[in-house]
Amino acid sequence: MTKKQEIEHYVAPYDEGVSFDELPDSEPTGRFRLSWSGWLGASIVAFWVFIAIFGPALAPLGENDLPFPDDYSEFQSPREGAWLGTDVSDRDILSRLMYGAGRTIGIAFAATVLAYFIGVILGIGAAISSPRVDMVVSRINDAFLSLPTIMLGLVVVAAVGSSIPVLIVTAGVIYATVVFRLARALGQEIMVMDFVEAAKVRGEGRWWIITREIWPNAAMPLLTDFGLRLIYVILFISSLSFLGLGVQPPQSDWGSMVRENLGALSYGQSVIPVLAPALAIATLTVAINLVVDDISAHSGGKLSKRL
Amino acid sequence: MTQLILKRLGIGLVTVLAVSLIIFFGTKILPGDAAQIRLGQSATPENVAAFRARLGLDQPYIVQYLAWLKNFIQGDLGTSLASDVPISSLIADRYHNTVIVSLLTAAIGVPISLGLGILAAMYPGTVYDRFLTLISVSLVAAPEFFTATLLVIFFVFVLDIGNAIVVGSTEGKGLFELIDHFALPITTLCFVIASQLIRMSRAAVLNVMSSPYIEMAILKGVSRRRIIFRHALLNAIGPIVNVVALNLAYLVTGVIVVEVYFGYNGLATLIVQGVQTRDYVLIQGLGMIFCLTYVILMLIADIAAYASNARLRHPK
Amino acid sequence: MAAAKKSAKKTAKKATAKKAVASKAAKKNTATKAKASAAKTSATKSKRNMDDVVFEARDLRIHAIRDDGSELPIVKGVDFKVRRGEVVALIGESGSGKTTISLSALGYCKPGLQFAGGEALLMGENVIGKTTEELRESRGEKVAYLAQSAAATFNPSILINEQVTEAPVLHGTKTQEEADAKALQLYKALELPDPENIGSRYPHQVSGGQLQRLMAAMALCGEPDLLVLDEPTTALDVTTQIEVLKAFKGVIKEEGAAAIYVTHDLAVVAQIADHIVVLYNGEIKEAGPVDTIINSPQHPYTKRLMAAIKPLPEAGQGDGSSDDYLKDAPVLEVKDIDAGYGKSSDGKPKVMVLKDVNVAIERGKTVGIIGESGCGKSTLARVFAGLLPPSEGEIMLDGQGLAPDLKDRSREELKKIQFVYQMADTALNPRQQIKDILGRPVEFYSGLSGKQRRDRVNELLEMVELPLAFADRYPHELSGGQKQRVNLARALAADPEVVLCDEVTSALDTIVGANVIELLKGLRKKTGVSYVFISHDLSTVASFADEIVVLYAGRVAEQGPTDQVLSPPYHPYTRLLVSSVPEARVGWLEDTMARQESTAGIAGQVQLTEVGCPFFERCPLAIKGTCDTTNPPQRVDKNKHVIECHRELSELGG
Repeated sequence: MTKKQEIEHYVAPYDEGVSFDELPDSEPTGRFRLSWSGWLGASIVAFWVFIAIFGPALAPLGENDLPFPDDYSEFQSPREGAWLGTDVSDRDILSRLMYGAGRTIGIAFAATVLAYFIGVILGIGAAISSPRVDMVVSRINDAFLSLPTIMLGLVVVAAVGSSIPVLIVTAGVIYATVVFRLARALGQEIMVMDFVEAAKVRGEGRWWIITREIWPNAAMPLLTDFGLRLIYVILFISSLSFLGLGVQPPQSDWGSMVRENLGALSYGQSVIPVLAPALAIATLTVAINLVVDDISAHSGGKLSKRL
Repeated sequence: MTQLILKRLGIGLVTVLAVSLIIFFGTKILPGDAAQIRLGQSATPENVAAFRARLGLDQPYIVQYLAWLKNFIQGDLGTSLASDVPISSLIADRYHNTVIVSLLTAAIGVPISLGLGILAAMYPGTVYDRFLTLISVSLVAAPEFFTATLLVIFFVFVLDIGNAIVVGSTEGKGLFELIDHFALPITTLCFVIASQLIRMSRAAVLNVMSSPYIEMAILKGVSRRRIIFRHALLNAIGPIVNVVALNLAYLVTGVIVVEVYFGYNGLATLIVQGVQTRDYVLIQGLGMIFCLTYVILMLIADIAAYASNARLRHPK
Repeated sequence: MAAAKKSAKKTAKKATAKKAVASKAAKKNTATKAKASAAKTSATKSKRNMDDVVFEARDLRIHAIRDDGSELPIVKGVDFKVRRGEVVALIGESGSGKTTISLSALGYCKPGLQFAGGEALLMGENVIGKTTEELRESRGEKVAYLAQSAAATFNPSILINEQVTEAPVLHGTKTQEEADAKALQLYKALELPDPENIGSRYPHQVSGGQLQRLMAAMALCGEPDLLVLDEPTTALDVTTQIEVLKAFKGVIKEEGAAAIYVTHDLAVVAQIADHIVVLYNGEIKEAGPVDTIINSPQHPYTKRLMAAIKPLPEAGQGDGSSDDYLKDAPVLEVKDIDAGYGKSSDGKPKVMVLKDVNVAIERGKTVGIIGESGCGKSTLARVFAGLLPPSEGEIMLDGQGLAPDLKDRSREELKKIQFVYQMADTALNPRQQIKDILGRPVEFYSGLSGKQRRDRVNELLEMVELPLAFADRYPHELSGGQKQRVNLARALAADPEVVLCDEVTSALDTIVGANVIELLKGLRKKTGVSYVFISHDLSTVASFADEIVVLYAGRVAEQGPTDQVLSPPYHPYTRLLVSSVPEARVGWLEDTMARQESTAGIAGQVQLTEVGCPFFERCPLAIKGTCDTTNPPQRVDKNKHVIECHRELSELGG
């Protein structure tokens, strides 16, 4: 290097005795805030939960009452006394919608909770048990997973008939297979982390490792998935009801309301009797999805932002 | 690689066996047996017993299962309890509507959705991407009959074209006439699978796009187009094929709702009838067909994923 | 076998087919661009003048964008120049902004960052604010980038050759044939094995060290004016690093390119740089010629960096631990251990990792276990901890037999042996506060609770020199060095007799790592605890251990007191290790390469061999017909210094 002499030696100004601390790692991420779409979703969900709980009390009429007993005709247009018009049996659509909310949401929620109860216990159990047990349980689970959910539902309903408890248990067991797979994968992922091994080396028992080391780390991702699973269970229950194999008349839920009133569309009479319950399901599931999307985008780092 | 595929085929076979067990014994817990259902409440116990013997129902379950499986493999699906007609001829009358709608949906929906999804991944964060994401996030969570209702309202009530139900025969119709005939069911299903496909293919490509080798390609001055089509897609093919197969498998169930909604005859309506009439022979046969389709599609997805992986194709 | 051959043939066939297509495309490309490219090359050629400033940063500022949209300065006004034929090193700890600055030469910011001011002049043109299309022109052609991990930067689905030649072919500066020829020339210059065919393989089919050199070929294929190298040797073993460094240096000189070399390792910088820029927290603290910075640093930060450079591994560096704690029996001992993973039908492990290993740890003393990655050193720690019961041999604690499986060990036995993991990030439960992470072992082993437990946690925090307020924090609220201290404190919470340290300083910056070592030394003196210190870093071990065990492919190559192991006679492998540790001295690389007896420094697939010496293939002193067929005998020097080699001790002397 002939040019070396030219290169100047630069020393930044400094105070003697100033220590140079270890530089901090990246800042901890800020507290989670919902975006506007998340808020929209959350408020719609809150609205429907409110209706599900207080719907029957607030409904203008009973589930099977006729708003216009003197004037019987199907699919009447909305007017005072029946703000959403009447259905195929001239009942008040608004009131039925409010009654149905509790059933659709309640069944789906109970089924999802059941699915989580079964799936998480078996999934984490499989993750920490011996490879042989794990393989047997997982293979059985895979067999169930390889069946289309609706087919499984149809077979069960055909076998034992349809009632609300049957629907909850059926949906719960079917979706437990999905939860199982997720919980097992999460469990396995956490199991190989050094802090779990550290607990083992310390001599901790299995129970401590599950409840204190694995569970706190699995809870958050499982919670996010709960919302997603709830959507699928709502769609599943509604589809069964729509096929006439879910909630049975005279009780109603949103899926069966679509089915009952399908005639209104095919004969070109009216849109509302079909649209109202279908829209109710769609707003609920889409709203849940908006919230879930917002949360998972935050925890996973919004891809669109990163690019 | 070959070993992996063989192993996967083995697992597939075991799965099919497990599925057949679930379906056979699932329907066996039906209250009342086939003979009773077939002969009705008024039949004498002797008649029922004789009929049971004829159907082989007095045999142990395991013998019945093996006989049923053997017949199924040979293509004999048994005789419908409700109508005393061979299941195979019931299916023969109905299957083409289901097959036509599924195939047309796949042929139209898959390429369009993949194109849209990849395009969204190419321009992440743009108005186009956000719009598409919003639509697919909404549609993915909406039930089929909601999408169908919106389509009916738009086409039938607003534009006043077509019918809210599918009527008429498909006989002698060409491709475009068939598309016209099933326009609403196909469009509904396309929307349903599109929302999934767009989301997941976009995510698959974006996932690859955030890897260091893509950053390297950017820093080498490779054009966006080449980055997507040469560097990213090659690595996203596995996940994308998987998503496609998953969604085609999903069509199996989606088609049930759509057939009922638009009121035309197909395999799906047949199975719903089977459930309502508790015709378990019919449920067993159709259930196996649906599940087999599903299992085969999943198999193809996995094998495609192996084949697209350079590490598996060219071991050390 | 047959199948493998077939597939290889297929690959080759496919490759040629692909090549044909590619070259066709290239021809078309050249036809249209021929004129432009010819003009371009001649223009560049005429510009090649030694006085040229290839790159200049002027008051460069880069900010990070937080989630809430506010900005955080990462680079706070940096000025420096890179002249043609010159290598400028950016040196600093993690968080100093060195990588971010180097990427500005490509007009690129990592996601989440943005340029906030100043200029980055590449060949006199400011690249900041250029459109993507304009940047594409210069990237890969005027400036090329080499990343830290070659394994991640090669596309797994594309043949190596296509990736190496991609940039010049796409930019139209070379036809496919020219690029292929250039690539071949580079493969040869970089001393890659089988240069004719290595390009038609997939990235996963070559070793890590080879891939690192292939990445250099990828960067150089387009004959760029400026190379940006981002810690290209950090992830490599020392023996591999020296080869890669030599290859880089030779090629940079030969091509006459300028380079920005980003690293935290001053010893590496001394070998390759002409000019050093010292960075701290996004600001330049000192800059100047390499001699000046290395030999007479002015700024206190530079001085600190220089002070943290570990001395070369030589005899007589150990601090000398006290003998006060010695007892009759060693505190922990393994005898004739064989261990491995999986189980085959005869009850032996499927994959053998350790064979015939004997180690004894005396009270208050430290045993260093050293070797390249994959030599079995971490496995040995797992055997001590009871995580991997050995298939042969026994483990003794305080002269008593100890159950091989930790499940069969009593709580009192478990308490005596504690494990410290390499990665504090995964070793600390992210959902527990520091007080719980430390409090649990206190409670578990000593049964303390309430205030006593709190006091003990505070005591532990003091021991590892952390503020007491940290008790209420979660691990992610701590820096890397602080987490490692908590990790260590957790082991100390048990009041152990032996602490197993698995590469505890490897993931830390030099200064932070040096502080952790000081801490360990102090604790040893104060409490009489013994350490098993596992590391690939011979310098650290030399300054700290009383005894060294050199592992190669699962066998002990050499073992004995530190001063004896680090002075002749040497096992040929120890010799290679010792001579590969870079010295912060200009000209060291050349001197060493001239002396280096081993021609095959780069580890291929190192495997435990049933018979013969595993080091046979790399050994410069190997005796064909003996070393590869019979196990080496143990040659005992004085003071329990053992070398396993077929050569006589006298032959291993010089």
